[in-house]
Amino acid sequence: MQFLGYLISGISLGSVYALIALGYTMVYGIAKMLNFAHGDVIMVGGYMVYFTFCSRGWNPLLAVLFAMAVCTLLGITIERVAYRPLRSAPSLAVLITAIGVSFLLQNSAMLLWKSDPKSFTSIISMDPITIAGGQLSIPAETIVTILVSVIIMIILIWFVNKTRIGHAMKAVSEDRGAAQLMGINVNGIISLTFAIGSGLAAIAGALLLSSYPTLIPTTGAMPGIKAFVAAVFGGIGSIPGAFLGGVLLGVIENLSKAYISTQLSDAIVFLVLIIVLLVKPTGLLGKKTAVKV
Amino acid sequence: MAKKGGNNRKKSTRTYIFSFALILVFWAVVEILGHMNMLSSKMLGLLIPICAYAIMAVSLNLVVGFLGELSLGHAAFMLAGATAGVVFYNSAGLNMPQVLRVIITLVIGAAAAGLFGVIVGVPVLRFSGDYLAIVTLAFCQILKNVLSTTYLGVDSAGIHLAFDQGSFRLEPGAKPLIKGAQPISGINKISPDMMVSFTVGIVLLILTVAFVLNLMNSRAGRAITAIRDDEIAAKSIGINLTRYKLMAFISSAVFAGLAGVIYVLNLSTLDFKKYDYNLSINVLVMVVLGGMGNVPGSIIAAALLTFLPELLRNFSQYRMFIYSIVLIVIMLFNQAPAFVQLRQRLTAKIRGKNAQEPEGGEKADTEFFEAKKQGKEDE
Repeated sequence: MQFLGYLISGISLGSVYALIALGYTMVYGIAKMLNFAHGDVIMVGGYMVYFTFCSRGWNPLLAVLFAMAVCTLLGITIERVAYRPLRSAPSLAVLITAIGVSFLLQNSAMLLWKSDPKSFTSIISMDPITIAGGQLSIPAETIVTILVSVIIMIILIWFVNKTRIGHAMKAVSEDRGAAQLMGINVNGIISLTFAIGSGLAAIAGALLLSSYPTLIPTTGAMPGIKAFVAAVFGGIGSIPGAFLGGVLLGVIENLSKAYISTQLSDAIVFLVLIIVLLVKPTGLLGKKTAVKV
Repeated sequence: MAKKGGNNRKKSTRTYIFSFALILVFWAVVEILGHMNMLSSKMLGLLIPICAYAIMAVSLNLVVGFLGELSLGHAAFMLAGATAGVVFYNSAGLNMPQVLRVIITLVIGAAAAGLFGVIVGVPVLRFSGDYLAIVTLAFCQILKNVLSTTYLGVDSAGIHLAFDQGSFRLEPGAKPLIKGAQPISGINKISPDMMVSFTVGIVLLILTVAFVLNLMNSRAGRAITAIRDDEIAAKSIGINLTRYKLMAFISSAVFAGLAGVIYVLNLSTLDFKKYDYNLSINVLVMVVLGGMGNVPGSIIAAALLTFLPELLRNFSQYRMFIYSIVLIVIMLFNQAPAFVQLRQRLTAKIRGKNAQEPEGGEKADTEFFEAKKQGKEDE
């Protein structure tokens, strides 16, 4: 019973990683860059929900929608100002710029909202669900997190595979030049990708903070890194891969915290990542690309 | 590069002279100011970190700039070197003369970092690109985490090693060397005189620069840059990829270990938590700002970036904020095609006027980036 409890909370944590990883993986697939600032967008989303819902008592749904709007705008702005001028620059230059943007977001948050921790009230006000005759009590946050992630994941897969814009996104990720020649607005598609990723980050932030309620300007850094690992784990560029990677990462982390050692849990997560990559170098669901000479 | 092949020897000599002159001038200025008591204690405290970061940046440049692989785990080698060095320094080294003690500590630190480099390098170098980056980052986190749960001590019964506090017992009076997540504190400085420690740092920096420059101008170095420029072509002319990749990676680790030892002996505490991906990224920023594959550039960038936050101390609140904006602006200015073109047009104009030769390092830098870019487009 206890094991089931750990497993479910692991899946819930993993769902949050998956939501963040979706942002990483879509941006990587379409813009071919690692957006290191993605984790900090979560933090901004968290603060937005904090100021509207926790301080002013807005409707939680409205607060999350507001946070999504702010993050979407932020994502598009970052892409427009910092990444677009470097579109044809080497990937390392873009990576360093992304790191700069990450520092900028963290330090702006530090200046605007100070570094003292804010305690976040959960956006979900339902009672925990007890199953198996009261032996196991699952917080409502856990259930809602899992459900929300699964729904978003299904919508996203439908969007990418069935809509015109989704096809355009796939085309840009496969061959940017050819897509442009076919009349696809490449810049628009990349902006849209950043918008979707950042909007999802806001939801992820609200859900993450509902379960782990300490909000500081560096809140997004570690989940960001973990989600990046999850994206690589599942095969970067693949949407189902990001989900699978995220959930597995969350489960491994939670189970090793419960049964092996709290301090070593991160080490175990990273060790599993290395082993998986050694066996399957492109991640669990990644496609192998042949290099033409 | 081929079109000015005849200039290569001259260019490398110029890089040698410029690098060593740079370090010696820095050393001389600090010595003179130090003897005139014109350095504040804050400045004195920055001297060793500048040397350590310069060594870190030059050694990371070997992997990122010359081998062309992105490593996000350089802090791990610094940590490995620092920990091994301090364990020796605080135990077996206690009764030795200070000079010998420091030398053996440095050797042990370098060896430990090199060993960790082998452990990491063998699996890691099978990857490339972003996967290599994430795996180096993973190794860095693993080392940090494992050390944070390690308990190590020596008493008359021998060496005690445990991975949880409960099973770790020492005889009364014996001092533990590593106490889990607690920082190791009370490490004696190399010398009470800061100038002596600084000279040690400078000597190590010269050693690092000499090694890296010599390596890059040797047969092995040319093999390493050939791998960077085109791995498949390098393989097809019979270059042993694994051997040269490992050579670059392990040498880089060894020097990071040296940097770790002097850094931690100066700071006199060793906190495992500090050696995370943020530190690796800071060093990476130094390498990229200084120019990929540009050794003197790395040194200047390391010195400036270590010094800059101190300079902005008065605006301490806005310090990191300004730093991040400067970083973004420099990257856009140096790398965005629109800016690069503008700069080239300006240079052409100036050159047209007084026929001046452009700065060697910068030229090579943009050339490298352009070569990479073309390579990408060819795929």
